[in-house]
Amino acid sequence: MRAVGDETATGYTQGKGKNAANISSREIKSKLFKGLFIGATGFSLIVLLVLLIRIFTQGIGFLSWDFLTSFPSRRPADAGIYSAFIGTIWMMAVTAPVSFVLGVGTAIYLEEYAPKNRFTGLIQMNISNLAGVPSIVFGLLGLTIFVRELSLGRSVLAGGFTMALLILPIIVVASQEAIRSVPAELKEASYGMGATKWQTTYRIVLPAALPGILTGNILALSRAIGETAPLIMIGALTYVAFLPEHLLSQFTVMPIQIFNWTSRPQEEFHFVAASGIILLLVMLLVMNSIAVWIRNKFQKRL
Amino acid sequence: MSMKKVWMLLALVAFMVIAAACGEGEEETDSEETSAENETEESNEDENSGEEASEDGENLSGQIAIDGSSTVFPIMEAVSEEYTMEQPDVQAPVGVSGSGGGFEKFIAGETDLSNASRPIKEEEQEMLEENGIDYIELSLAYDGLSVVVSEENDFVDSLTVDELKKIWVDGGAETWSDVRDEWPDEPIERFSPGTDSGTFDYFNETILEDEDISKDAQLSEDDNVLVNGVMGSPNAIAYFGYAYYAENQDTLKIVPIDNGDGPVEPTEETINDGSYEPLSRPIFTYVKEESLQEPHIRDYVEFVNEIAGEMALEVGYINLPEEQYEENQQKIEEAAGE
Repeated sequence: MRAVGDETATGYTQGKGKNAANISSREIKSKLFKGLFIGATGFSLIVLLVLLIRIFTQGIGFLSWDFLTSFPSRRPADAGIYSAFIGTIWMMAVTAPVSFVLGVGTAIYLEEYAPKNRFTGLIQMNISNLAGVPSIVFGLLGLTIFVRELSLGRSVLAGGFTMALLILPIIVVASQEAIRSVPAELKEASYGMGATKWQTTYRIVLPAALPGILTGNILALSRAIGETAPLIMIGALTYVAFLPEHLLSQFTVMPIQIFNWTSRPQEEFHFVAASGIILLLVMLLVMNSIAVWIRNKFQKRL
Repeated sequence: MSMKKVWMLLALVAFMVIAAACGEGEEETDSEETSAENETEESNEDENSGEEASEDGENLSGQIAIDGSSTVFPIMEAVSEEYTMEQPDVQAPVGVSGSGGGFEKFIAGETDLSNASRPIKEEEQEMLEENGIDYIELSLAYDGLSVVVSEENDFVDSLTVDELKKIWVDGGAETWSDVRDEWPDEPIERFSPGTDSGTFDYFNETILEDEDISKDAQLSEDDNVLVNGVMGSPNAIAYFGYAYYAENQDTLKIVPIDNGDGPVEPTEETINDGSYEPLSRPIFTYVKEESLQEPHIRDYVEFVNEIAGEMALEVGYINLPEEQYEENQQKIEEAAGE
């Protein structure tokens, strides 16, 4: 690119001096913006790097099998994340299927079945708006409906449902995008062969959209795994020395446990918190890798 | 591998969810039945063996709902941790939703114990009365609010209560020389716990006497932020719980407080014997009287009272004088209806 630009520049210099000046100022501008963007990327990378290095140097010392398999304790050396870790997995086991079924179902209806009228538009707008509602509001909703009205108590089920509601808008929007990006020709061909709407949706649209839908789902779940505020609102606990036995058990999750440790006066607890953060990061990485793997696996078939 | 397989997988997942939901319903009734059985069993035993029940080393079981202040949390966590070793079948998890948030759940009848870093407010008492919930107040430990400056600060050696008010109140001192003439003409940097915290409430009441806090004060709900803030500047001042000072003694300088009888520094002794005042505050737990009828909760509450002092010292608070715990024990016995 550079070489071509230079050639044209010299070519024009002979004829029109004004144009040459114009070109060099454009080149400077171009470089300036390139620098700006590199700077923006570099800045966030450095911040991330500093954060990661800090977390790892602080937390690696406390990371051990004991840390994974002990309950929390007032003594930093004995403190473990077992109940929070298992609690997170239990909650996800509720959140994932509920949000998947409701979210994808809504997306299919809105994209394939819903008539394009004002009412649909209103629903659409509300879903987009819901994606931006602060998570604590969902916590209040969960407290009122699941914990008190349906008397689920401060249980895994109430927490899982609340989280499912929280990420539902994200899943609906992502799934809609994925469904919309299926080429119209595919659908038309299917209809042309005499397939019904459901056959087309089930055999043509969904397989083509599945990678996008699953990616959206897993990214949304990654958000749910890191949320604290709504769970504190519904009364998830902080010190738990037992594992959930069933869906109505009380529970705690990793972000709550980590937050509690960081607010302690003793510095060792901050290191314990760093270990918890490492574990949470590993979980997120695993989930995101699964998302990438699924995408690659299913994309090949198209 | 076809779409069919994927769909079968999804169907399987959906089926499992439904099955789990149904199973959970069964479990619910199951556990209710068993807990009902347990209750009758336990109450029988209670009648038979009376108070010794717990001391016999008999195994109790059941759940206890504890929630409330984050200040009290470390003590309750320690107590629950110890209690689990004695009675492994009693589940005593502790939640943190703040003193006010805890009372909200207490009023709704959702919790047995509500921790608070301030005494219960009048409107909260009224609401409890409305809902017909009787309770007892147990003080567990002292927290000495510690006023600190940076290690680099070489001029502040003590403050009177009036000077403290002058520093913190809105429209009061702007520079250190406004507080005492011989101090430098440098602006004061203030770091305070957030307005939602019980620590702020207590300071507000005893020092500011309900006047507004200085607009320049930086508020944070995270006390570690305050510690870092005051550490970095020779002109900064902050206050927070004793535990946060105790952990950072090397980098912070404590300010002895003069309430007319000469400057007193917060230490385990001065907080325990009450000479560090007015900034020593008791922290509490409130217990629903009805819950004390259940043997495992009664046993737990007595256990709390027994070791709260020891646990308090271990996690950075100060134990109360012994008489206070004896008084608590009497309250528990009376409330349990003996």
